[in-house]
Amino acid sequence: MSSIGTGVRNILFKNELPASTYSPDGRVFQVEYAHKAVDNSGTCIGIRAKDGVVLAVEKLVHSKLLVPGSNKRIMHADKHVGVATAGLVADGRYLVNRARDEAKSYRDTYKTAIPGNTIAERVAQYVQAFTLYSWLRPFGVSALIATYDKTGPGLYGIEPSGGYYGSAIGKGKQVAKTELEKLKSSELTVEEAVKHAARIIYAVHDEVKDKDFELELSWICERSGGVHQFVPKDLADEAERLAKASLQEEMEED
Amino acid sequence: MQTLQSHAAFAPKSHTQQPIVTGTSVLGLVYKDGIMLAADNLASYGSLARFRDVERLISVGNYTIVGASGDISDFQYLKHTLDSVVTKEYSLDDGHELSPSNVYEYLSRLMYNRRSKMDPLWNSLAIGGFRDGEKFLGFVDLQGTTYKSSTVATGFGAYLATPILRKAVE
Repeated sequence: MSSIGTGVRNILFKNELPASTYSPDGRVFQVEYAHKAVDNSGTCIGIRAKDGVVLAVEKLVHSKLLVPGSNKRIMHADKHVGVATAGLVADGRYLVNRARDEAKSYRDTYKTAIPGNTIAERVAQYVQAFTLYSWLRPFGVSALIATYDKTGPGLYGIEPSGGYYGSAIGKGKQVAKTELEKLKSSELTVEEAVKHAARIIYAVHDEVKDKDFELELSWICERSGGVHQFVPKDLADEAERLAKASLQEEMEED
Repeated sequence: MQTLQSHAAFAPKSHTQQPIVTGTSVLGLVYKDGIMLAADNLASYGSLARFRDVERLISVGNYTIVGASGDISDFQYLKHTLDSVVTKEYSLDDGHELSPSNVYEYLSRLMYNRRSKMDPLWNSLAIGGFRDGEKFLGFVDLQGTTYKSSTVATGFGAYLATPILRKAVE
């Protein structure tokens, strides 16, 4: 991909181009390579509904020895902020740690919860900073940030370049985006959004390439008191059951 | 004693203060179904009844309540700090929640640490909680003195209410 339009010399040196350098056609290769780390990771989607936001992650399980529910990919950055990452898990945790520091520092200064757009911007600026220097590599994650503040529910996406993005990241993002576009998310209740999110994650999961996966579902809404939490077990189990059932239906149709 | 200043290069020097806007007694007792704390809603400015809608009892996490007497600005700082601690613990997502005894221990260390720097948070705190059928009631003050008991009373309540509470709880 990066060898299109470049000369022999660049093919030889392309892997050595640091993040602080442009390619002849104005690209920053390191940032593009960082995207690849994201694209190889399990899908994450977010849905901003009428009264809340839902995050769902296709958490690929690489070993049967892993305890179910361990190595979560959805994390809290403050009571009212949830973050789901796709890509290098360690980079994701590092980024969420920064989000936590930003949220705390805002609270310490202003004695109030950080607004959604503010924390999204702070995290985005931080990610972008790592694309400026040759001694740092860009973050190998894209993040979906779910927030709930005075202005209501918010969903923000950040990619390795530091730019804002859509509501689906990772392996199955194209299929997920298509499905998400069919939804009228602003008219959904958060309970309906949970069911759709589960269904879409199951729909994008590639049975052939990856066997085991765990579905992680979290939300932040009026019903949770504006607190980011994992979707209550009964609702999550129901959503998963419906998702599996709808997948069966589709398979039977084929 | 070597020096009265804090060791960090950037921290301001702080010494023993005097409380300015203050709250009075907080009472606490255990009973059959749990614990109860009581406090009035007044923040005084010396002899002036300055702020009459102040909430001197707060909840910390899902199992604990803390009542404060003494300097209200220090209490507000304590509130903010405890809130940060609860949020941090929540973010860890490790299945653990702070128990009343954890909150008590945290406050005890915080208060004693401040007194040892000659920069106290000028409060007397009543800490009460109930978790899994277990009742908790404790006291921590600006000097770092701590104790647990079936009755607690801070401020003037320590003198006036203690005998009454003890008789009732027995």
